[in-house]
Amino acid sequence: MATVAAVIASTHHPFYYRASTSTGADRPPFADEWVAKIEAFRETLTRAEPDVLVMVGSDHFHQLWLDNMPQFLVGKAPMYDANWHNEEREFGLPRMRFTGQEDLSAHILRNGLDAGFDLAFSNELRIDHSITCPIITLRPQADLPIVPIYTNIFAPPLPRPARFVALGRAIRAMVESWPSDARVAIVGTGHLSLELGGPRQFGDHGPDPQFDRKAVEWIAGGDVDGCLAEVTLDSLHLPGNATHGFMDFMLMMGVAGDGAKADYVDSLDLFHTMEAYFTWYPNGVAS
Amino acid sequence: MSKYLLDKFLFTVDRDAELVERYRDDPVAFVAWWEQHVANDLLNCATAEASTWQAFTEVERAALCAQDHVQLFELGAHPFLTLTLFIALFERDHGPLEYQRGYARAMARHSLPYPDYST
Repeated sequence: MATVAAVIASTHHPFYYRASTSTGADRPPFADEWVAKIEAFRETLTRAEPDVLVMVGSDHFHQLWLDNMPQFLVGKAPMYDANWHNEEREFGLPRMRFTGQEDLSAHILRNGLDAGFDLAFSNELRIDHSITCPIITLRPQADLPIVPIYTNIFAPPLPRPARFVALGRAIRAMVESWPSDARVAIVGTGHLSLELGGPRQFGDHGPDPQFDRKAVEWIAGGDVDGCLAEVTLDSLHLPGNATHGFMDFMLMMGVAGDGAKADYVDSLDLFHTMEAYFTWYPNGVAS
Repeated sequence: MSKYLLDKFLFTVDRDAELVERYRDDPVAFVAWWEQHVANDLLNCATAEASTWQAFTEVERAALCAQDHVQLFELGAHPFLTLTLFIALFERDHGPLEYQRGYARAMARHSLPYPDYST
């Protein structure tokens, strides 16, 4: 069976690509520190020597729209084009293309359906920055086949937080039951407190630093119960109007496992939102 | 009230560079054109299968014509869609992050709970 080589949870900041590649007067003052943190984070995936990446993210109203909105969707395609016109326009993100791992997609769809998750699927999916950002930060050579999994954290009614955790647990079990000798890294991105299109956006810090500190503690300590006890669909409006993206972090806590302390934790306080990076090695890693 | 149709406007315009420019240049004429020619399109379906019932309320139409992001927020348009399109429309006229911060200041009178954007 396949081996879970690493579980990684991260924010996906669309400004990283431009900040890290800009030079001279265009380079923001925080870029060097940010790049150093990302390179250290990248090493945690490199050390795991993955063959396949399961990538959990959320479509930002690119391909998935309100006339036909899935709650959870698994890509099953041989190739994925990536990044969209408005991400090139606003963030300077490059067009990218990835190979798909269709066997694992099929395995997750079949077993997910059988486990009670009515997963939607797509045979032609263009990926957006929720998945390309972590590839840019963690695997910039973009050389590994992927299985993209999208969650709805954007368009109410949303699944509840416990459902995200449960799907994370199921994804972990499904990867571990995949008849393959591949080493699979499961990578998911979400948000800490975040405001988009509201009065608290683009401040000097994330809109709710207190929530961010608590969130990092929940994730780093694998405190699934503590997190679920406090986080609801209603409560997530309070730290910032786009904070429902935190449920993708909760999904990754489900992947990592109850009580699983992260082997690597880092964060970076930026304007607008806090960055946070976590890696678990469920089966250890070569030193 | 048609929050969905407001979102559909923001969504379909944002993804088309030509429509963004037309909306920037002449919002009143563009909103009228969009409501007549695009509002009923069933996306990803043949033109002949268009819907028959989509229309803005007067207040919604006026907010789009005025390019008033605060009123769109109050009407329950999805904040992410409004922000993304309005950055495309107006960021170019400002210094780095100046537009985004002014956008927030214009909404300062709003406190929680924000208007409901569920559709």
